[in-house]
Amino acid sequence: MVASTVMKGWPVARLDTMSRESSADGPRDSRRALVVVPGEDLGVSEGYEAGHGVLVVDGRLKSTKQGRMNTKGSTVSVEPLHTTYMPRPGDLVIGHIEGCTNNIWFVDIGAPFNSILPMSLGPAKVEFGGTRKILDIGDSILCRVQEVEETHQSVVTMKGLGLRKIKSGALDDVDPHLLGRLIGKGGNFLRDLKLESECRIVVAENGRLWIDGDLDGIFKVRNCLKEISLEARQVGGVN
Amino acid sequence: MGGYGDVQMIDENGLRMDGRKPGDVRPITIETGVVPVADGSCRMTWGTNEAIVAVYGPMEAHPRKIQRQDRAVLDVTYNMAPFSTTDRIRPGFNRRSREISKVTADALESVVLLELYPRSKIRISIEITSAEAGTRCVGLTAASVALADAGIPMTDLVVSVASGKINDVVVCDLNKEEDNYGEADLPMGVLPNSGELVFLQMDGDLSPDEFKQAWDYNIDAAMEVHKLMVDALKGGEN
Repeated sequence: MVASTVMKGWPVARLDTMSRESSADGPRDSRRALVVVPGEDLGVSEGYEAGHGVLVVDGRLKSTKQGRMNTKGSTVSVEPLHTTYMPRPGDLVIGHIEGCTNNIWFVDIGAPFNSILPMSLGPAKVEFGGTRKILDIGDSILCRVQEVEETHQSVVTMKGLGLRKIKSGALDDVDPHLLGRLIGKGGNFLRDLKLESECRIVVAENGRLWIDGDLDGIFKVRNCLKEISLEARQVGGVN
Repeated sequence: MGGYGDVQMIDENGLRMDGRKPGDVRPITIETGVVPVADGSCRMTWGTNEAIVAVYGPMEAHPRKIQRQDRAVLDVTYNMAPFSTTDRIRPGFNRRSREISKVTADALESVVLLELYPRSKIRISIEITSAEAGTRCVGLTAASVALADAGIPMTDLVVSVASGKINDVVVCDLNKEEDNYGEADLPMGVLPNSGELVFLQMDGDLSPDEFKQAWDYNIDAAMEVHKLMVDALKGGEN
């Protein structure tokens, strides 16, 4: 089970990750959606492309994340069990105002980098120095990502249909990669949830949700979100 | 190293005070997702050591002066709880915790794909709630599991194990008495899939042969610990 290799003059034991059914030739059978961990060998790279969460090192595919391995066509990827939202232009997001200057608001959109909301893209006409009269620190807003720079700095806008300050209801969140599961095929799951809870639900792409309705309905939606998150976090859960 | 040379810590049959053979590791348990609010977390017990690690981020790096334009920074905080040892530890940072935080960050920087998150920060809090010996190894190993649990992209997991010398015999994974009264200590951090070394410290004196023996013990133990880490992350699947 333990193969030997030589590193810098010393004999070093090396775990043979190619044991079991893992990687004799090419990636493993995708139908089983195996759970992999960072550094795990997924097989030879020849004839395959490295997708999300996969690297090619010395002609072999290597996982960089903990998650389920998928093979679609010739692309091998890892669907992670936990993700961070990365903003893209056009995304509808829910943000929290974290700070402001005379002409800019700083918005936390759940990404590794905060966004800015310039006065010119705000919800109403603001005079220089009057930003806090319109949106104060701690307020939540429904906004859209306008642009993402190469340095990952992003700008959000509130100019657009339906974009507003959130004044009622409740906010909750799920991991961004679970939104597909929450929405369901053709939006079926979300539609059923809306009907059952009698709530208005706005799903933002950063994994945050605005749930507006009566208290019972909000509880129903929150319980449902909790279930989805728990199910996904359990290794070997829904697939 | 203490250097109390005549303390007998290994008997004529080669068994240590706690009944282990020279190459044996203390029992280990690993559990993930123990801090619900964190993005990733891990609780690891290693003998009577216990470490709880929580990972947050990537997030915007504050203060701004710590930001790097081309990569993320790892903000590692290693802390021993005041109740973690029989002698109460004064709370807060000290020279030792600063040193361990730094070497842990350096070891993890070699596996985390930091260039994917420029100008951001990944916060890793390592809290030692029970300390016997080898807490830096427990902290580093648990931090690597917690990072994987948080979905942070990494090229490999880091496994850290220490070996040392007691009564002129090289042994693996020192316990408290062996650490206090032994003659040398060699903690190492290994990448189990590539066999690379990312962390090495040495305290005391070892001859070249003893060093090689300690190295071999560490590598073998690291492979065993890696299996447990993978099992914990996979939740018994595959």
